[in-house]
Amino acid sequence: MAQAESVGGDLQLVHLTKMFATFTAVDDLNLVIPKGSFFALLGPSGCGKTTTLRMVAGLEEPTSGQIMIGEKDISFERPYRRPVNTVFQSYALFPHLDIFENVAFGLRRRKVKEVKSQVEAILSLVELDGFARRMPAQLSGGQQQRVALARALINKPEVLLLDEPLGALDLKLRRQMQIELKRIQVEVGITFVHVTHDQEEAMTMADTIAVMNGGKVEQMGSPTELYENPRTTFVANFLGQSNLISGKVFERSDDLGVELYGNRIRVPRSRTSSNSDSLWVGVRPEKINITLADRPIPAANVIPGVVTDASYIGVSTQYLVKTAWSEELMVFEQNLLNSGARPGDSVNLSWDPAHTFALDANQDVDAGVEVPEADS
Amino acid sequence: MPTATSTRSPSQPVLKTPSQIHRARVWFRSHLILLVGIVVLGYMFLPVFVVVALSFNEPKSRLTYTFDKFTFNNWLHPCQVGDMCTAVGTSLKIGILATIGATLIGTLMAFAIVRHRFRGRAVTNLLVFLPMASPEVVMGSSLLTLFVAAKFPLGFWTILIAHIMFCISFVVVTVKARLAGLDPRLEQAAMDLYADEWQTFRRITLPLVMPGIVSAALLAFSLSFDDFIVTNFNSGSTVTFPMFVWGAAQRGIPPQVNVIGTAMFLFALTLVLISQLLGARRRRRLG
Repeated sequence: MAQAESVGGDLQLVHLTKMFATFTAVDDLNLVIPKGSFFALLGPSGCGKTTTLRMVAGLEEPTSGQIMIGEKDISFERPYRRPVNTVFQSYALFPHLDIFENVAFGLRRRKVKEVKSQVEAILSLVELDGFARRMPAQLSGGQQQRVALARALINKPEVLLLDEPLGALDLKLRRQMQIELKRIQVEVGITFVHVTHDQEEAMTMADTIAVMNGGKVEQMGSPTELYENPRTTFVANFLGQSNLISGKVFERSDDLGVELYGNRIRVPRSRTSSNSDSLWVGVRPEKINITLADRPIPAANVIPGVVTDASYIGVSTQYLVKTAWSEELMVFEQNLLNSGARPGDSVNLSWDPAHTFALDANQDVDAGVEVPEADS
Repeated sequence: MPTATSTRSPSQPVLKTPSQIHRARVWFRSHLILLVGIVVLGYMFLPVFVVVALSFNEPKSRLTYTFDKFTFNNWLHPCQVGDMCTAVGTSLKIGILATIGATLIGTLMAFAIVRHRFRGRAVTNLLVFLPMASPEVVMGSSLLTLFVAAKFPLGFWTILIAHIMFCISFVVVTVKARLAGLDPRLEQAAMDLYADEWQTFRRITLPLVMPGIVSAALLAFSLSFDDFIVTNFNSGSTVTFPMFVWGAAQRGIPPQVNVIGTAMFLFALTLVLISQLLGARRRRRLG
């Protein structure tokens, strides 16, 4: 029963596939998660992220492929023989055991000595000193969440899996726990693999995010990389919001010249993920300047339009601007630079070419547009 | 209204004002459920009170069912009457063995039905209810036919086999309900925390299902202890307590029967009280 000897190393998923009777939940997944990193699997429900996590935990058997920690293949190891612990979505605290016994459970199963001092140390790490003799039902959601974390961390696993760990908490507590989780991860230096459908949560905590869709990784990278330089329409829409406009390449030099319904704009080559001449040209709503038609234009890429809607939401004003080809573009203007644009005004939308990205036109423009999740 | 207070001064008119009638109506309406409740509870407990009262009775003749004279004699000498205590002993022995057998088999069945996906699971789930639904007379007589056909001698063992049989369904249903409410993630969490299959069962599953198993066992015992119909068909020359009472009733029930009845009632009451107290203490701990 002893914990598998410390193997140390990266968590590797090699051609990992899981098929259920009617569909493929995880489709030939290849990932290397560096030791000690905070890694997020982000995607909508049903994208295969939880199935991936359960296969790493040993609660689901892969149909094919391998799961490795360092040099050790753990693909078909029983869950209690893996150097991996899980924080479950609903915490799954044992209701008949007090907090101390919940946290000590893993140590006792491995017949570890000095249980008391270790439990006390870990409870103080999650700031629950003095709660040892309470029962789980006496604790608030946030406290239960921290017990679940302590119960897993005390075993010093090679990899800690977190399955939507903050899903059951209210918004304020969730923010607080995000910071807390990040602090603890840095402190213990264990690899955290965090599954979530909440892009903000993933971006706040993770060093690296893999965006999953339909059992595959769409794109992987740091939060900045994913947000600033999405390579698929799914990522562009799922992480934040994007304006995507259909365009044709008319010139290839140091950068690309692209024509959008008669408006010529520039796109850096480094931010173009396709060699095709048909592209989706993307720009984030907060990168766009909005100026009245008779005012000077501050940036090089320009599209004229008419304001159809303006909503003031405190930190920013959100505009919908209708172009000549009847597409509605979204613009977020910080409430610092007041353009004074009102619905019905003719405006110029302009942005820096460096903030433009281009995607292959052979993709669904609405992929990943957020639909309200049924299960959250 | 200021006049409609509950303090009644002597100068107030006896004649009921409309507001008083209204108040009576409101009172009646709000206490209706309480009144009905008291009537129903009285209806349920009257037979129990009669048994308790008659256990202290010293009847003039064997055939009187009236309360003649108060005495502790029945309680001091419960085994005075013929073979009654032997019959009680037989019933207890069968009850305990039937409880153990039915609880064991029924619990295993409940686990199989809730936890495993096997061919015929839905049918099993349905058939489990059959012994509960079929009339006891039918079960008793068909068992008798079987035992006779198999040339199995009637007596203690045939009663036991019959009791285990009809208790199983009740155990399955009770344990199943408890097990269905158990979050499978608790067991997954235990496995994730280095507990192998046996440790997971021993430390997590069993303690959490235990209340269901205990109530199933209590139910099985009470079903076995007071069964008459099925037992009567399959008993041969063995006499259980309900059969003794039935036989005695032909000649006039000795008051000691009421002593045993009252003792059983008190025993059950104590068990219920203990479990309630334990439950309350647990709830306090659980918040």
